[in-house]
Amino acid sequence: MDFLIGHYNYWIVIILMMVGLYTVISRGNLIKKIIGLNIFQVSVFFLYISMGTVEGGAAPIIAEGIKVYSNPLPHVLILTAIVVGVATTALALALVVRIKESYGTIEEDEIHNLDHSL
Amino acid sequence: MGNNISLLLVVIPLIAAPVVAVLPRGRLPWAVATVVAALCAVLAAMQLWMVLDGGTISYELGGWAPPWGIEYRIDAVNAFVALIVAAIATITLPYALLSTEREIPEEKIPLFYSAMLLCLTGLLGITQTGDIFNVFVFLEISSLSSYALISLGRQRQALTAAYQYLIMGTVGATFYLIGVGLIYSQTGTLNMQDLATILPGVQHLKTVDTGFAFIMIGIALKLALFPLHLWLPNAYTYAPSVVTVFLAATATKVAVYVMLRILFMVFPHGFALATPAEELFIVAGIAGILIASVYAIYQEDIKRLLAYSSVAQIGYMALGIGFASAMSVTATLIHLFNHALMKGALFMAVGAIIYRIGACRMDQIHGLGRAMPWTFGAIVIGGLSLVGVPGTAGFISKWYLVAAALEQGAWISVAAILIGSLLAVVYVGKLIEALYFRPVTDTGKVISEAPMLLLMPTWVLVFANIYFGLDTALTVGVAEKAAAILLGGGAS
Repeated sequence: MDFLIGHYNYWIVIILMMVGLYTVISRGNLIKKIIGLNIFQVSVFFLYISMGTVEGGAAPIIAEGIKVYSNPLPHVLILTAIVVGVATTALALALVVRIKESYGTIEEDEIHNLDHSL
Repeated sequence: MGNNISLLLVVIPLIAAPVVAVLPRGRLPWAVATVVAALCAVLAAMQLWMVLDGGTISYELGGWAPPWGIEYRIDAVNAFVALIVAAIATITLPYALLSTEREIPEEKIPLFYSAMLLCLTGLLGITQTGDIFNVFVFLEISSLSSYALISLGRQRQALTAAYQYLIMGTVGATFYLIGVGLIYSQTGTLNMQDLATILPGVQHLKTVDTGFAFIMIGIALKLALFPLHLWLPNAYTYAPSVVTVFLAATATKVAVYVMLRILFMVFPHGFALATPAEELFIVAGIAGILIASVYAIYQEDIKRLLAYSSVAQIGYMALGIGFASAMSVTATLIHLFNHALMKGALFMAVGAIIYRIGACRMDQIHGLGRAMPWTFGAIVIGGLSLVGVPGTAGFISKWYLVAAALEQGAWISVAAILIGSLLAVVYVGKLIEALYFRPVTDTGKVISEAPMLLLMPTWVLVFANIYFGLDTALTVGVAEKAAAILLGGGAS
């Protein structure tokens, strides 16, 4: 039981990761794929952030009387990764808009049919 | 000056990118981008010359000492790859002028060159940095700009190709990120040098194994290692000609470099041998060479044919990584360089055909070889190099790879390399047959030779194919030094 509860952050990460990856693979709607990709990326953000926590540690701001601090570096890394994730999502959405304009649909199978019926 | 080169290589194209984006339309954005690329090539050549004696350059970003700060660490390996990237950019950009004027809407041209420079920044950044998280950031800079570049293709399939690449590329990059996180959780460092000293102490942990697996799969997606290559044929086929030339000659090469660096220099020597990674590389390499080559034979679109051939060529590099001997890693590095030359030349020649007739399907190019003799000549010599005919660069890489396979007694791999070359004869032959021996389809249009500005860069690469097939002092010399660093670094 301790194993289950003690590692709860990892369970959340694994569940989110699988939900996200499954959505990317199984959905035919281009927007839903992007949502899946976002969930997948967010799970990795959680992995980093929860990893940086030190048990009993305070926020990493120097103050008197505090000896144990959490590790701020994973948080900083994830700030960068969030920026990358936002840029990726923006670009992906822009592509979907263009796809909708030229195909009139954002369903993968319909796009496939349009390309191969010519 | 010495140390600063490593940073300048990244900063110059990075600063130039937004500048180019706001320049007025016309040829100015192109001129600036070309000058920047040429400057980078000169700096990269100086950098390689400085580290060739076996030394390393270390640059501390913002004055923070490694392993806390980000370090740019240059040795013969990454200086060599940086030079390939910068040199290919310098040869591609003069070619880009006419090709983009034909293929890309006028109002998007400044943005196009801006994205090209960003892509160059990302690729050079990957080669320069000595920090595994920084690799992720640059990987995404180059990937995001290449998604945008691919989506500029003339057909609407370019959009879906870019989307598909974006999804697979992002999954790959995120896998890499997971791997880096897991490794960081056990070592507390991101600096490659530092990791190499800490990892031997924790290499028995399952977390490190898992992190290693995530990193390998993530990069394998980026370098389009068979069977993770699904994004590549569409992306190369529908991208604008210039983008195909640039990406085919540089992007996958840089991913191979990251693979080599992490496999041999970050992880302790022998770590990969204890995992199935080496066998997987050999199996994926052989499967890639054979299956992708067969696929190439059946393609009706020339760009797609060459794209499948690229997947097969990556198979050769994977074989070299799999054998993990000094000889085989040398072969991989030589092929990295030579493949950039041959695919660069071939895709440029195909781009010249697209410039003239606006298409590149097998049934539309019948007899074109006689109307465009110089373009045809480039395809013949590039094709021979791809096959590995003696006297061309392709022969040198195959020679070293076969020698490395024989050294290990890996007969199946030797057979795969030779069969792969025979399959290349078939698809290159098919291309030449359509271009020269088929009767001209009468469209009523008179087709003339491609303009000089397209032919010159193509032939620079064609001559390089012949030159580096005859004089191997530069390629083999540098690759042997680089291989010694890669294989020696992990052991110490």
